[in-house]
Amino acid sequence: MKIVYNGEKDSRQFKSVIGETVEALLNEDNKVVWLDADLMGCSGTNKIKSDRVINCGIAEANMAGIAAGLSASGMKPYAHSFGPFASRRCFDQVFLAAGYAKNPITMIGTDPGITAAFNGGTHMPFEDVALYRSLPEATIFDITDVPMLQAALKMAKDMPGVKYIRVPRKDSYQVYEDGASFTPGKAEVLREGKDGVIVASGIMVHEALQAAEALAKDGVEMTVIDPITIKPLDVDTIRKYAEETGLLVVAENHNHIGGLTSAVQEAVCGLALKFGYVAVEDVFGEVGPVDYLREKFDLTSDHIVKVVKGLK
Amino acid sequence: MTTKELQKFAGEIRLATVECIKSRGFGHIGGSLSVCDALAVLYGDIMNVDPKNPKKADRDKLVSSKGHAGPAVYATLALKGYFPKEDLYTLNQPGTNFPSHCDMNKTVGVDMTTGSLGQGTSEAVGLALGDKLQGRDCKTYLLVGDGEANEGQVWEAAMFTAAKKLTNLVWLIDWNKKQLDGFVSDILEPFDFEEKFRAFGFDACTVDGNDVEQLKEALSKKATDKPIAIIMDTVKGKGVKEIEEAAGNHSMNVAPEVFDGWIEEIKSNLKALEA
Repeated sequence: MKIVYNGEKDSRQFKSVIGETVEALLNEDNKVVWLDADLMGCSGTNKIKSDRVINCGIAEANMAGIAAGLSASGMKPYAHSFGPFASRRCFDQVFLAAGYAKNPITMIGTDPGITAAFNGGTHMPFEDVALYRSLPEATIFDITDVPMLQAALKMAKDMPGVKYIRVPRKDSYQVYEDGASFTPGKAEVLREGKDGVIVASGIMVHEALQAAEALAKDGVEMTVIDPITIKPLDVDTIRKYAEETGLLVVAENHNHIGGLTSAVQEAVCGLALKFGYVAVEDVFGEVGPVDYLREKFDLTSDHIVKVVKGLK
Repeated sequence: MTTKELQKFAGEIRLATVECIKSRGFGHIGGSLSVCDALAVLYGDIMNVDPKNPKKADRDKLVSSKGHAGPAVYATLALKGYFPKEDLYTLNQPGTNFPSHCDMNKTVGVDMTTGSLGQGTSEAVGLALGDKLQGRDCKTYLLVGDGEANEGQVWEAAMFTAAKKLTNLVWLIDWNKKQLDGFVSDILEPFDFEEKFRAFGFDACTVDGNDVEQLKEALSKKATDKPIAIIMDTVKGKGVKEIEEAAGNHSMNVAPEVFDGWIEEIKSNLKALEA
């Protein structure tokens, strides 16, 4: 995997990439269906002309059940809403009609965690990963950049089980080369260092890479790992680097309970380690610009540096 | 099938349903018996299905969103030849393919997994929509409980069915008046189901849901641009006096000899039909 990270914002918005990728998938496979819950303008799919793009209205539980029924009839459904409504709001439907009944579907939850910004606490899921982690056979992608989003959308189409893709709608920093391919359950090692490892997903990958650069200037060499999928988690890779360096910090845009922090802790259980996390404490979200929320919930590269130094 | 044949089939489904539940000693008997006539008409006359090819893509499909009617669905499928009748006697035994609630991955011929009430409605919408998108000429029949209609999801799915003109989906409401804790009208008064469905954009009618002739007529009607909703006025526990009259007949747990009495009653009713 070629890493192209340069710390600069990608000019492409996630929202446009969703629209373009979904349109291509609809054209290449006549089993693909896109369901939305009155948020097509937010998922970039509102311009697509197809009888397989269906607005279900503001009824996410119904949408999730319809997705499962479509799957049972041989279709390959994607269903989108904002993160809390693509997880919490329809969890029983996704859990039973899709998961338990073995009808593969892909749920897209946009604006995870603090990226919900001006929609505020009601729309700010710090628990969506925890829910989907508890769903047997599910796959969770916490999207880092545009190439990963494109790959996840394509891969999800023919994968078994429930897939949950959590992705912001706006900015990102490109980490992977264009056209990159990924394997669920296989982490990517973005840089290697002997002094510790940071496991970061989604928007926190950029913060982790910034933190690693800052720490390197002080002579602390960190490994940075993107798990790609939080479930299944690449336990072997994480354990290997944790064992070799003896210091592990997890960074995620989610409550530390039930998310990547919990998953990594379960993975390294039993290893003698210095362990820390940069994640949302057990609190609800609130309204504000992303920059404010990043500081408010300590989801910054500065905070990662502080936690690493505190463990040294 | 003639009316008499359909009545006989319904009686046989009742018999196999009670025998199935007797094998475990307890089960959802009231809501299973209320839908036996509908199942007889659907599987005996209306639905295009092939027990030898149960997964045929363009078959008609049944979703019992009231998943607890499993025993009646299993009895119907057994009588249609999907699997040996003896299999019914494994109901809820460890490792069984016949759980309390319908499971498409366990029971041959079951088209959808249901049990969390309300969910089967959206699943049925998805099945019908998928068939429509794939150009299949077939229908999905959806059984919904009246107590189940407490669930908001039922009405989300109803709104979608009519708004998107899913005329290949037929709704059947089992208006048997009782739910687990008592009378539906005492627990959460649903008011007029027929008016409700009409207001939601359906071509709605009410029939005696324990009368095979009325059911057949309603189910034979061709949908126009509106989907059809049939409110089935039924008796919970239909076919066995003691169950019909029991206040709490949602799930019953009785001695084998009580079951035997019920089985005898159904058998004598069947015999009277043949006379």
